[in-house]
Amino acid sequence: MKTTKPVRLSISSLSKTYGHGATANEVLKDINFDVHVGEFVCLVGPSGAGKTTLLRCLTSLMPSTKGDVLLDGQKLAGPSPKISIVFQEYTRSLMPWMTAEKNVALALTNQKLPKAEVKRMSMEALASVGLKGSENRYPWQLSGGMQQRVAIARALITEPEVLVMDEPFASIDAQTRLELEDLTLELQRSRHMTVVLVTHDIDEAVYLSDRIVVLSKNPATVQEIVNVDLGAERDQFTTRESHLFGELRSHILGLIRQSQERARAQA
Amino acid sequence: MKVLRKFGIGLIVPIIVVVAYTLWTTSTPNPFFPTPDAIATQFQALWLFDRFLSDVVPSLTNLIVGYALASVFGIAAGLAVGRIKLLRLLVTPLLDFGRSVPAIMLIPPLVLVLGIGDEAKIAIITLGAFFPIVVSTIDGLGQTDPALIDVTRSMQLSRWRELQVAWIPSAAPSIAGGMQTGLQFALVLMVASEMLAAVRGLGYLTMQAQLTFDSASVWAGIVLLAIIGFLANALFVAVRDRVLMWHVAMRAATRSR
Repeated sequence: MKTTKPVRLSISSLSKTYGHGATANEVLKDINFDVHVGEFVCLVGPSGAGKTTLLRCLTSLMPSTKGDVLLDGQKLAGPSPKISIVFQEYTRSLMPWMTAEKNVALALTNQKLPKAEVKRMSMEALASVGLKGSENRYPWQLSGGMQQRVAIARALITEPEVLVMDEPFASIDAQTRLELEDLTLELQRSRHMTVVLVTHDIDEAVYLSDRIVVLSKNPATVQEIVNVDLGAERDQFTTRESHLFGELRSHILGLIRQSQERARAQA
Repeated sequence: MKVLRKFGIGLIVPIIVVVAYTLWTTSTPNPFFPTPDAIATQFQALWLFDRFLSDVVPSLTNLIVGYALASVFGIAAGLAVGRIKLLRLLVTPLLDFGRSVPAIMLIPPLVLVLGIGDEAKIAIITLGAFFPIVVSTIDGLGQTDPALIDVTRSMQLSRWRELQVAWIPSAAPSIAGGMQTGLQFALVLMVASEMLAAVRGLGYLTMQAQLTFDSASVWAGIVLLAIIGFLANALFVAVRDRVLMWHVAMRAATRSR
C-alpha cells in the first residue's frame, strides 16, 4: 500500500567526505533510499555513524560530496521552503530574545504576510502543539518539552511537505518524550506530512516509523531498510507490548550490533 | 522595600568616608585637602550655574556627539569585520595595534591636525571609544551559536534578516559591554583633552585651578566629574537593561534554577 504512493523525497548515491587527501574522512557512502508521500521514516544507526551529517546533507544545510536529493523529482540546490527542520538541541535552536510567538512567526518571514495574519497563524500553530496561553513567554521560561513544542510549531507553520527531525526528543525526559512522540504522530497523520526522523532510540524508531533505514558505521551506508507493519494506529501501551514490536526491535538491535562490531574490527 | 534597603546599605560606606574626611580636614587644616564645606562653596560658585552652561554643557555635547559617532561607526565596522572573513583577515592586525595605543596618546597628533576646537575633541572622544566598541562587536558575533544560523538558513532568511534576528541580538550583550567601556574612555578623553589643549571646559578650569593652587576648585571639579560619570553610567545601565531585558531576565531565571 505504501509503495503505491508517489515518492516525495529521493536520496540517491549521497556521499560525504570531510577533508582531502590523506586526512580525508569518508562519513557517508553511497546512501540511497526513497521516502514516500505521507510516510514516517526513521534513520537509526550506531552512535557516531553520521546520522546528523546525513540530515544536514539531506536538507542542504551542508553540501554533499556526491549524489543528489530530489524533492518531488526536483533536485534540491539549497534549503527549501517545503522542508522544515526540528533540531536536536532545543535550548540552542530557539531565539532567546524572542517570545514563543515571535520564534514561530520567524518561519513566515519570507511569505511577507500582513502582521495580523502572521500573529493569527502563530497563535494557531502554538495552540496545535498544546501551547495555548504560552505565546508571550520566552524560551527560557519554558520547560524542555515545551521548548521543543515551540520548535515543532515553528516547523509546522509553513505547512511543509517534509518534516525533518534530528534526534528531537533525545534530551527530553522520558515521560515528556512519549507525549511528544504521540504529538508528532498525530500531527503527521492529520497533515499527511512526510517525516524523516533521526534517532538513536530504537524503541522510538519502531514506535513511530512506517519504515526504518538502518545505517552502518565508518562510513555510513544503508545496511537495511526495515518495514514496520504495525499499522497506522499506534499506542504507547499496546503497540510497544506487541510481539511484532519486540521482534522488530531485536532485529534492528542485532543489525546495529553487527555494524558496531564490524567497525571495531576495522579499527 | 528591597530596593530601598539595597540603596540604604550602599550609602553606608560613602557616608563614613565623607564624615571621616570632614573630621580629618576640620581638625587638621591642610591647604591640599580643603573641608567639604569649602569644596561645596567653591562647587556652587563655579558650577551652579554660569560656568556649567559655558564650560560643562559644550563639553558634554562633545561627549555625546563623539560617543554617538563611536557607537555607530564601532558597531557598523564591527559587524562588517565580524561577518566578512576577508575584511577580518585584513584589518585584525591593525585593530589589535590600534586598541593597544592608550587613547590619551591620540590627543597630541589630533590637536596638531585639528586644533584645540570642538572638532579635535569630538575626534579624540570618537576614536578612543571606537576601539572597545568595534572589538566587542566582533567578539560578540564570534560567540553566536551556529545552531541558530542553521535555523535561519533552513528558513532561507536573507543575509540582512539573519543579521537582524540572529547575529546582532546574539552579539548585543557583548556590544553593550564594549559600549560601557567606551563610555568610560569617552569621559576620560573629554576631560583629558581639555586639560591638555583647550580654553574652556571642566578639564581646563580644573587644570587652571591647580596652576593657581586653588585646591578647593580642583576638588570641586573632581566632584562634578564624578557626578557626571556616575549619572552617565547609571543612564547607560538603565537603557541597556531596558534594551536587553531578555538577557537580564534570562540570566536571573537561570541563576534562580
